Amino acid sequence: MSASDHLIPVVVSNVVEVNPIIKRFEFKHVNGDELPAFSGGAHIVVEMLDDGTKRKNPYSLMSSPFERDQYAISVRRDDTGRGGSKFMHEQVTPGMQMKISAPVNLFALDLRARKHLMIAGGIGITPFIAQMTQADKLGVPFELHYAARSASQAAYMDSLADRFGDHVSCYCDDQGESVDFETLLSSQPLGTHVYVCGPKGMIERVVETATSLGWPAAHVHFEHFLAPPVGEPFEVHLAKAGIDITVGAEQSLLEAVEASGTPINCMCRGGACGQCETVVVACDGEIMHNDHWLDEEQRAAKQRIMPCVSRFRGKRLELDL
Amino acid sequence: MTIQFKDETFRGDFTYANSPSNIPRFPFPFPEDEYMYSTNIEPHHAARAGSPFENAFDVDEHYVAEMKDRALVLAEDPGRCQALPHMETAGWDFLELVMVSKARDYPDLFKLTMDGDRWHWINKPLQIDDTFTFGDSSTLPCHPMEYIGRQVQGDHAILDQRDGNLWMDAGIITAQADWSLDFDIGMNFFEWHAPVPLAHELGVFQRALKFLLTLPQGQPSRRLNWTLTVNPRLDTSPENYPKWGPDKLTVTPENIGEKIHLRVELQTFWRLPRSNAILFPIRTYLMAMNEVVTQPKWARRLHRVMRDLRPELVDYKGLSRYHPILVEWLSQFDDGAPTSPGIFPD
Amino acid sequence: MSESLIEESIISRPTYGALKIVPGLAHYFLADASGAECVIRVVQELPRDMMEKVHILYVPTPGETALITSLYALGANRFEHFPTIDDAVAKLGEWLSDAKMGSQLYLAGTEGLVGQGVAKGEACGLDHTAVQCEHRGSLARRVQCVHCKTMIEDVTTQPVKCPSCDLLLLVRDHYSRRLAAFQGGCINAEDPSEEIEIKEVFK
Repeated sequence: MSASDHLIPVVVSNVVEVNPIIKRFEFKHVNGDELPAFSGGAHIVVEMLDDGTKRKNPYSLMSSPFERDQYAISVRRDDTGRGGSKFMHEQVTPGMQMKISAPVNLFALDLRARKHLMIAGGIGITPFIAQMTQADKLGVPFELHYAARSASQAAYMDSLADRFGDHVSCYCDDQGESVDFETLLSSQPLGTHVYVCGPKGMIERVVETATSLGWPAAHVHFEHFLAPPVGEPFEVHLAKAGIDITVGAEQSLLEAVEASGTPINCMCRGGACGQCETVVVACDGEIMHNDHWLDEEQRAAKQRIMPCVSRFRGKRLELDL
Repeated sequence: MTIQFKDETFRGDFTYANSPSNIPRFPFPFPEDEYMYSTNIEPHHAARAGSPFENAFDVDEHYVAEMKDRALVLAEDPGRCQALPHMETAGWDFLELVMVSKARDYPDLFKLTMDGDRWHWINKPLQIDDTFTFGDSSTLPCHPMEYIGRQVQGDHAILDQRDGNLWMDAGIITAQADWSLDFDIGMNFFEWHAPVPLAHELGVFQRALKFLLTLPQGQPSRRLNWTLTVNPRLDTSPENYPKWGPDKLTVTPENIGEKIHLRVELQTFWRLPRSNAILFPIRTYLMAMNEVVTQPKWARRLHRVMRDLRPELVDYKGLSRYHPILVEWLSQFDDGAPTSPGIFPD
Repeated sequence: MSESLIEESIISRPTYGALKIVPGLAHYFLADASGAECVIRVVQELPRDMMEKVHILYVPTPGETALITSLYALGANRFEHFPTIDDAVAKLGEWLSDAKMGSQLYLAGTEGLVGQGVAKGEACGLDHTAVQCEHRGSLARRVQCVHCKTMIEDVTTQPVKCPSCDLLLLVRDHYSRRLAAFQGGCINAEDPSEEIEIKEVFK
């Protein structure tokens, strides 16, 4: 069973250029039906049919969890990536029909929190927009600290400051502004949960600072918005199916397995949820483990792989699929 | 579709019984002739018209009587329905899921009209006609979980998801097989299952948890679990053990067919949208041995399962006092003929 | 380090380690007489300038003063002692209501004290996984009667008679962190005429 097997047909209702590198896409159900309710921090998987290649990328929902007539996501253009964001930016226009998965939340608010402390870097702002809407409605205290390279690249900074007032603090690198994590994390009431979404370095600094100040791990939440990396093409043998497949440079192993018609479980498509964990039958070479799921010992053992983000280099890889 | 709701009791004079037409739709829990723990989870798709798997929330002839029994339990012991403070959103998710499903699946019995957040709910069998504001608990007489939990057969636990685990943080539990919500509330998946023997070692709970943590919205799953109960009693809680424990001594070879009931839980799992919690309905079906053996396949198979049951499970399920005479009694229905695969009667 | 004698059991039954100071903005200690030496052991190792961050609550055995003196002499920012666990736990709740994230909680002593400290910490927004516990002293259990919900303190026998509903309770290893108690359920419900010997087992 796989979340992306049960896709919802939608029509692109609006495309908005937020700034030169970020576009917002809005979707409505093709029949005008309500879309599923969701919780702040949830993402959907968007299926892209790009000239014969089927690609599925996860994007955080930024629309209000209380509005079910449409969904909104924001996509940052990445010209060095696999082409998913480029496709969204160049090919997707209003009126186009697409398919999306039901919402999945791997970055949910801890509803026990006395206060939610949200830290966003760049495009990592998107899950927080829905979360703030949710926290605001539930009447739970929250604060957003939002850092970006420059005001011109900081999507939604002005509108969030207008909407949530004192709850929002903004920081622009080019103005010499930065978040003082030490001070911020030293002054939070007991029962606060901190959430961080942004570049890897930012996540690491928040986690390290919180840990050194004595925050329990259960109060520290982060989401890597991990896109499957590009790489060299490689061959894989699927043992149960009895076939050989080729994974293209800009294709994930998961997408190549799906394209072959071989059944495989998956959900987040970003190396976080564990659903697509697959047994490695034989491996003569090196697995590039790019996921957040397997631990060091499991990686070294070369007996498991997460096909959504991980790749292979070497002579032979055989999977139990 | 018309259901004749029965007027019957699950205590005192125990007038509960299955109508002959209700027997073949019983969710017999053994797909083969032997039983051991397994995760045995499958998609909760609509399956087999007339079966308890046809609809999201099965309504049968016992609906009204079961809801009366629940009200009696809650009046005696309000602690059977509890929710930790962060579980209100999940309560509304639960209410929505049940109302939308029942209004869709049983339009002659239930009706839901939504005008934005203003909802109008009609439950004909229980003669309820209420208007309320979705998301605003002050417009309901009680917590949304209790409100809808009093209108849907089966116990319902709501599991909060965080830190890679599931937490039993709310529930309305009045028909349980010997576990206490009041004691277990707030525990994680491994903690509340702690007393179950064998299964931890087999990795059953690790696998089940991993599966449930990634349960997608809109794709519910189900499994069957079972035990035996003396008399058709729904409330076999630890709280009331002194009331139902002595029943076990009343079993004799003469009355075993009417006394002992196969107690099956149809457990389903639903991802809730706004809370990201999991709704865990535990729907109990009871059937007397005399009713079970009207289906020859079930009679043969139940004999084989009981005869070969591991001693740890005989003990854990509380069957020790009458297990030998039950096996002996069931043996008269087992001619040794092979049985067909699957749970449905031939 | 730990001198706890708890046998391996089911998953819900808590196990305990040895107190060890971890990084934090403030350090809260709660101990009874059997756990006092654990607090002394770790706090006396701390540099003087850290004592500003240390807060100690203590429940002495009646009439005992030597440990009070030793704990006081540690020089904590705050030191208070109370005649009962309930009072000390209530005070802990007051202190934690003003506390910041990064506060550490250390509990030492009998299981009843440790369990109630964990429950209070959690009620104040401190996740139980972040609380350090060291078990010392008696293995007497705090037991909830599942039938009448009475909380029975210092249970040393198996089974135990519920002082409220008079049922003879089997003390299980199943433990509720929220209640800080083990579960007690009637041992002879099926046949109340059954005679069961009461043995001293939780010493």
